[in-house]
Amino acid sequence: MSGYFADVAALARKDLLVELRTRDTVPAMLLFVVSALVVFHFALPEESSRLAASGMLWIALLFTALLALGRAFVGERDQGTIDGLILAPCDRSAIWLGKTLSVLAFLLFAEAVALPAFALFYESVTWELVAGLALANIGIASVGTLFGAMAAAARARELLLPLLFLPVAIPLIVGGLGATVSDDPGRYLAFLGVYDLIFAILSWASFEYVVTE
Amino acid sequence: MTAAALLVAGLGLALFWAPEDADQGISQKIFYVHVPVALTAYAAFFWAAWKALRLLWKGGDRYDLESYTAVHMGVIFGVLTLVTGSIWAKVSWGHWWVWSERQLTLFLILFLFYSAYFMLRYSTDPGPRRARTSAVYSLFGVVLIPVSFMAIRLAEGLIHPVVFKRDGPDMDGTMFLTFCVCLAAMLALAGGLYLLELSGKRADANLRDLRERLA
Amino acid sequence: MRPPHGDTLGSGRRLGIPEFDHPAVGRPIVRATGLGRRFGGRPVLSGVDLEVAAGDFFVLTGPNGSGKTTLLRLLVGLLAPTAGTLEVHAERRSVGFLGHEPLLYRELTAVENLDLYGRLYRIPERRERIGMLLERFGLWDARAEVTATFSRGMLQRLALCRALLHDPELLLLDEPFSALDAEGAELLDAELAVHGARTIVVASHQPERVAALATGRLALI
Repeated sequence: MSGYFADVAALARKDLLVELRTRDTVPAMLLFVVSALVVFHFALPEESSRLAASGMLWIALLFTALLALGRAFVGERDQGTIDGLILAPCDRSAIWLGKTLSVLAFLLFAEAVALPAFALFYESVTWELVAGLALANIGIASVGTLFGAMAAAARARELLLPLLFLPVAIPLIVGGLGATVSDDPGRYLAFLGVYDLIFAILSWASFEYVVTE
Repeated sequence: MTAAALLVAGLGLALFWAPEDADQGISQKIFYVHVPVALTAYAAFFWAAWKALRLLWKGGDRYDLESYTAVHMGVIFGVLTLVTGSIWAKVSWGHWWVWSERQLTLFLILFLFYSAYFMLRYSTDPGPRRARTSAVYSLFGVVLIPVSFMAIRLAEGLIHPVVFKRDGPDMDGTMFLTFCVCLAAMLALAGGLYLLELSGKRADANLRDLRERLA
Repeated sequence: MRPPHGDTLGSGRRLGIPEFDHPAVGRPIVRATGLGRRFGGRPVLSGVDLEVAAGDFFVLTGPNGSGKTTLLRLLVGLLAPTAGTLEVHAERRSVGFLGHEPLLYRELTAVENLDLYGRLYRIPERRERIGMLLERFGLWDARAEVTATFSRGMLQRLALCRALLHDPELLLLDEPFSALDAEGAELLDAELAVHGARTIVVASHQPERVAALATGRLALI
């Protein structure tokens, strides 16, 4: 069992190290999310409610996540290194978990910038928003990593991932937004928790089938 | 076989002319088509997921074909659900689309999801991987059904005020019978189309195999 | 980490790990009957029968496009067969593979790459083993440089280190000499010559180089 987590740690570390060296993904995510928030200012009417502004934040974060997810497996597939991981004796689900953890890390970096920007431009950030975000991140990273692997093996991969992912992300938006703006955030947070549990387990278990030939 | 399916479908159609509902008049008739179509679509998606599970468990081309065809049926009937639902909404409330219609919204999400299924298939090279990936995706689809439904319910209180509500019709004996016959008709229709398409796909696969062996 | 001194190639022992208990030479390690693989509608490989016993040096020959790479990928487990049967009596942890891609992360250094694989393959005394291999294949001086700066020959040598890192029972090599420089080729020759109980399968369209060592052959058309 400790071997499994050692594998996951080695793999996650590898992804973070690669990102540190190339700085391809995270800076782009940071810039994208701030740009999106600025664009939304021009898209929202003057007296927009908290609801509208929060909704825009969630959309911005969702599409920022898609940036990271889109790149998660493309490099591995193009360079062929995914073969090296498949050949290794580690559990294939460890590959998924390592990648999911690194995507989570990227999301956290992006949100560390997005939330202050949001607070600056629009509304203050509440603990409910942060809690909702934390839970939604898990769902996004879990399912997104799996679908990212599916898309990376296909031809029109940049187009395919958003198509696969957006319908499944709808419940996350509902849960997250609900946690942010409703009077009863607990219900929405609980819903996000259930979503995470179901879909993370499903993604963890089915990764093997998606990545091997 | 297909003749029998269409016969049952026709029978259903003929029968539903029998009881005229006083309450909503003609619009109520659409219920006899809309709900069975929706239920048939659900059945198709669950069938596809079942076949997908079998594929992941045992492997083999035939489960892939069956799962794919079932999803195809599900999407066809899903589109019909959306269309009939839209007609019903227009007739009942004057709008072509009503967000507060939970079933309809759910089907919209499912339609998007399973359309992406086809994009996935067309975009991936044929082989064991495509079969398995499609299978996993269709499993996600059926899990998404209850999760989306919960999400839609949660969203109602949040975003869209519940303006239009429709109570399910109270069905007496003849209406219930009619409904059941229509449901059976739709399922039979779906089943017939499924078998037809499946045999067509199998024939294609066999033809391809033969060509390769001769080459 | 300093390079260990010398290397005892002659005795068949590998420095850094305890003596590997190779299986009895002679039993079949790979057996394929009627093996076939189709891509889309196109059969790339069909009706392949082969048997490789432990300790064999098996050479796959054939012109470009004859399916050697596909066959190797089937043997190593990166592809599933679409026809026929395939038995490989070796666990993933004891199979080594050198394909067309070096399977190395360009952004990581040589040591970091090998360290990752070393962890995944649970190699005991990982650092010593990595050091020994880097030194043996002439990459010790470049160990802390990112592989993006490596020449093609150096990459192939590092890929060879990766393939040998876990001292595999079964080693599969796809055109290993094609990307190697002269020095690397000599090193590989030396390595293959003392393969001992290690089973080797080499695919090459110029098999003369390894012809002397071959105990089994298959020519694909």
